[in-house]
Amino acid sequence: MSTIKNFFASRWGIVSAGIFVGVFAPLLQKWGNPGNMGICVACMERDIAGALGLHRAAVVQYIRPEIIGFVLGALIAALLFREFKPRGGSSPVIRFFLGFFAMVGALVFLGCPWRALLRLAGGDGNAIIGLAGLAVGIWIGVLFLKSGYTLGRSQKEMKFSGWVFPIAMVTLLILLLIAPQFGRTPEGTPTGPIFFSEKGPGSQHAPILISLVVGLCVGFLAQRTRLCTMGAIRDVILIRNAHLLRGILGILIAAFFMNLILGQFKAGFSNQPIAHTNHLWNFMGMILAGLAFALAGGCPGRQLFLSGEGDGDAAIFATGMIVGAGFAHNFSLASSPAGPGPFGPISVIIGLIFCVVVGFTMREKIA
Amino acid sequence: MSNVIDARGLSCPQPVILTNKKIHEMGKGIFEVFVDTDTSKENVSRLAQQLGWHIEVNRIGEDYHLLLTKD
Repeated sequence: MSTIKNFFASRWGIVSAGIFVGVFAPLLQKWGNPGNMGICVACMERDIAGALGLHRAAVVQYIRPEIIGFVLGALIAALLFREFKPRGGSSPVIRFFLGFFAMVGALVFLGCPWRALLRLAGGDGNAIIGLAGLAVGIWIGVLFLKSGYTLGRSQKEMKFSGWVFPIAMVTLLILLLIAPQFGRTPEGTPTGPIFFSEKGPGSQHAPILISLVVGLCVGFLAQRTRLCTMGAIRDVILIRNAHLLRGILGILIAAFFMNLILGQFKAGFSNQPIAHTNHLWNFMGMILAGLAFALAGGCPGRQLFLSGEGDGDAAIFATGMIVGAGFAHNFSLASSPAGPGPFGPISVIIGLIFCVVVGFTMREKIA
Repeated sequence: MSNVIDARGLSCPQPVILTNKKIHEMGKGIFEVFVDTDTSKENVSRLAQQLGWHIEVNRIGEDYHLLLTKD
């Protein structure tokens, strides 16, 4: 067991996890997921929010099994390697809203950091602007971290508290499979409470079992190797360490070659799948997302893997993201291929103000 | 100045920041770090090795005690 453990903690461990994501994300797209969206934590949580009726954007509603797999795969890895440690209580309300605004920023860009990498690997030049924004956001977060920013210590919690989020994921899986239709439209046709898109990105998905199994494997590998896109950039800026960066380079390079092989590579800025070309708000959206991830200590994927380990604070962040997705569509904050939503820009500015206030107020003098 | 850092319950990357600060303040010598997750243990160990410090890890219950030394 310790040999396996050491492998995962090694340079090749993190590279393998990255390559796994980079190989299977384009394959998931081939098997049915939307363009350059084989895996996207933000988009997939947004689809889940829609499927639960938290927003009613009819084209982005589906319970994505990948997300369920990420949490449960991480749970299995954590149990197997004795790392399942229920904990929480480190400024949960702040974390909820960091998750909320991280989602707003990600949906103005149209993707989480993983999707930014996958978009780049698919030839979408707009992703470069998004990744630049992400790096700037993380850099601002590092400045706060260096000057004593902290959300405070977490406390050990009772065993069951660590099980709540994984159980919620199992519940989502059941809802995906039975998709209850209790509601009736005025015409009498069954509708809701679970909504699945009939057209648009929400209707495009790989078979449930494949999505779930890939999600479980990614969750397992990422829990073991601590794969994190935000951490990758942060560690380079903060301590000049490229360990995590190797993971995201693994994703990028593997996905690039897979896209070439599968005929999914198309270079350019315009007419890219589920993307817009407004450089300013692609950039600003990802500054907000990057800063929120840095202040919360992990990218959206990492927050799910931590939730699987029993980290209640990460689970609150993830919940904030799902609620944020509901608001992003209900309040016309989310972008579409046509460009930013009417209130996208102002919501990014509000989010940035929130993050900066959090950065300046949540601090203690470093000993 | 205390030579013990208690980073238990602090989320990533704060244990690393505290350790990094200490390493740069001390230059050489010996100090201890307490962490409570495997991730923090690995991250602090990686940083210490990167900066040429020797590290000894002991498990105490659910936590880890890390002893960092440099001559």
